[in-house]
Amino acid sequence: MAHYLLSIYQPDGPAPEPDVLDPIMREVAAVDQEMRDAGAWVFAGGLHEASTATVVRARGDEATMTDGPFAEGKEHIGGFTVVAADDLDAALEWGRKLARATTLPIEVRPMQGGSCG
Amino acid sequence: MSTRGPAVSPAEVERVFREEHARAVAVLVRRFGDIDLAEEAVQEAFAAALRHWPARGLPPRPAGWIITTARNRAVDRLRSDALRAQRHAQAALLHDPDGPPEEGPVHDDRLRLVFVCCHPALSPNARVALALRLLGGLTTAEIARAFLVPEATMAQRLVRAKSKIRDARIPYRVPRDADLPDRLRHVLAVVYLIFNEGYAATSGPELVRDDLCAEAVRLGRLLAELMPDEPEVWGLLALMLLTESRRPARTAADGSLVPLSEQDRGRWDAALIAEGQALVRRCLRRGAPGPYQVQAAISAVHSDAATAAATDWEQIVQLYDRLYALTPTPIVALHRAAALAETRGPAAALDVVDGLDLGGHHIFHAVRADLLRRLGRTGEAAEAYAAARARTDNAAEQAFLQSRSDTLPR
Repeated sequence: MAHYLLSIYQPDGPAPEPDVLDPIMREVAAVDQEMRDAGAWVFAGGLHEASTATVVRARGDEATMTDGPFAEGKEHIGGFTVVAADDLDAALEWGRKLARATTLPIEVRPMQGGSCG
Repeated sequence: MSTRGPAVSPAEVERVFREEHARAVAVLVRRFGDIDLAEEAVQEAFAAALRHWPARGLPPRPAGWIITTARNRAVDRLRSDALRAQRHAQAALLHDPDGPPEEGPVHDDRLRLVFVCCHPALSPNARVALALRLLGGLTTAEIARAFLVPEATMAQRLVRAKSKIRDARIPYRVPRDADLPDRLRHVLAVVYLIFNEGYAATSGPELVRDDLCAEAVRLGRLLAELMPDEPEVWGLLALMLLTESRRPARTAADGSLVPLSEQDRGRWDAALIAEGQALVRRCLRRGAPGPYQVQAAISAVHSDAATAAATDWEQIVQLYDRLYALTPTPIVALHRAAALAETRGPAAALDVVDGLDLGGHHIFHAVRADLLRRLGRTGEAAEAYAAARARTDNAAEQAFLQSRSDTLPR
C-alpha cells in the first residue's frame, strides 16, 4: 500500500455562485465518502484562497516572509486529499473520480514511503 | 550448457537475442520487481551468449538459456549488493520458491511489460523509448540515433520513465477487461508512432529509420501473438505491412518522394501485400471494425489496383465514411475529401476541404494545392504549395512540394 497526494488545482478568483458550487460540493462529499467506505481515505482538506498564503524563507537565523503563494500563476492548489492505494492505477482511479466531481484538474503524486503514518 | 549445436555467427546470436529480449526482461521484472536490474542482467546474458554460442552452438532452448543466465546474474548482483550493504531483506528474495524459470508460462509477462511501457501516465516520448528499449531490445544509443536526439537526452528520458514506474508504482499487470479497450488504444498508438517515425521522416541516417519500421512491425507481430483476440491489433499489423509494401516504390533513384498515384506498382512487395490483405480479410470477418482495421482496408483497396487508374475510389470513399464515423477528426475528413476528388471531382472536394480548420497542417495546404492545380487555378495553387512547404521540416517533402509547384503552367 502506498500513499498518493491528490491536489486539486483551481483557478484564482472568487468562488463560483452557490447554484454552481453546491452541486459540486455534494459530488465531492460523495467521493470523499466513497474513499472512506473503501478504506482509501487518509486525509483531506480545502484551502483558503492562494492570496492568503505566506512564504517563509530561512536566511541564517532570520526568516523572511513574502505575501502570497510560492508559485505565481492563474491556478493554485485549492484543496487536497491523501489516499492509500495499491498502485498508480488505483490512485488514478480516485483522481478521475475527484476530477469529475470537482470539474477541475487533479495532480496525482506518489508520496515517499513512511511519510504518511 | 554442454550441449553442442551447430556453430552460430554473432549476427545470429544478436537476432535470437533481439527476439527473446522482451521475454527475458519480462520474466526477470516479475521475478525481481526491478526493471533496471532485469535489463542489466539480460544485457549480461547477451554478452555471455556472444562469448559462448559462436563456439558451442545454439543451446537447445535459447530463450531458457538467456533467462536462466540472466536470472543467475541478477541473483549474483543482489547477493553482492546484499553483502555490501548488509541488506538481508533483499537476500531473502533469493530463496527461489518457483524453481528455474521456463519460457512456457511467461506469455503473460511480456504482455504485462507491454502495458507498463505504454502506460498513459508516461509521456508519449517515454512510452516509445521504453517500448523500443525493453520490448525491442534496442540500445539507448540506437534509439537516440533513430529519434535524432543526443544519447544523453535519451538515457535521461529512460531513467526518468523507469523512476516513475518504480516510485509512482505503475502496476506490472494486464489491465482488467473494463480498462482494456482504452489501454490497448495507447499500446497500439505507441507502435504506430514508432512506425510512422520510421516511415514519414526521411531526415537522419536512412537505414536507422528503416529499422524503426521493421521494429514497429516486429512489435506488431508480438502484440498479435500476445493478444490474438483483438482485431485492432491485427488491423494495425495489416496497416503497417501494407504501408511497408510500398517502400521500394516510394522514393525515386535520386531519393525524391513518389506519390502513390505515380508509383511503379511492380516494385511493391507482393509478399507483404498478400500477408496484409489476408490479415485485413481475417479481422474484418470478426465484425468489430476499428480505426486501424478500416485504415488497413483502405490501404488494401489501393494494393488491389494494378494501376492508379484502376483504383476503386467509390469503395475508398465509403471506407473513409466509416473511418470518420469511428474517429471524426478533421484530418480524416481531409483524406476523405482527397478520395472524393476522384469520385465527384476536384471542385466538390475543394468545397469540403475549405470548410476544414486545418490551416496549421502542411498536408491541408498540399491537398488544397493539388485540387486547385487540377481546377486550373494556378496562382492559388502556387500559394498553397508555398504554404504547405513552409509548414514541413521534412526535406524530401519540401522538395516534392517545390517540384509540384514548378510544374504549374505559368
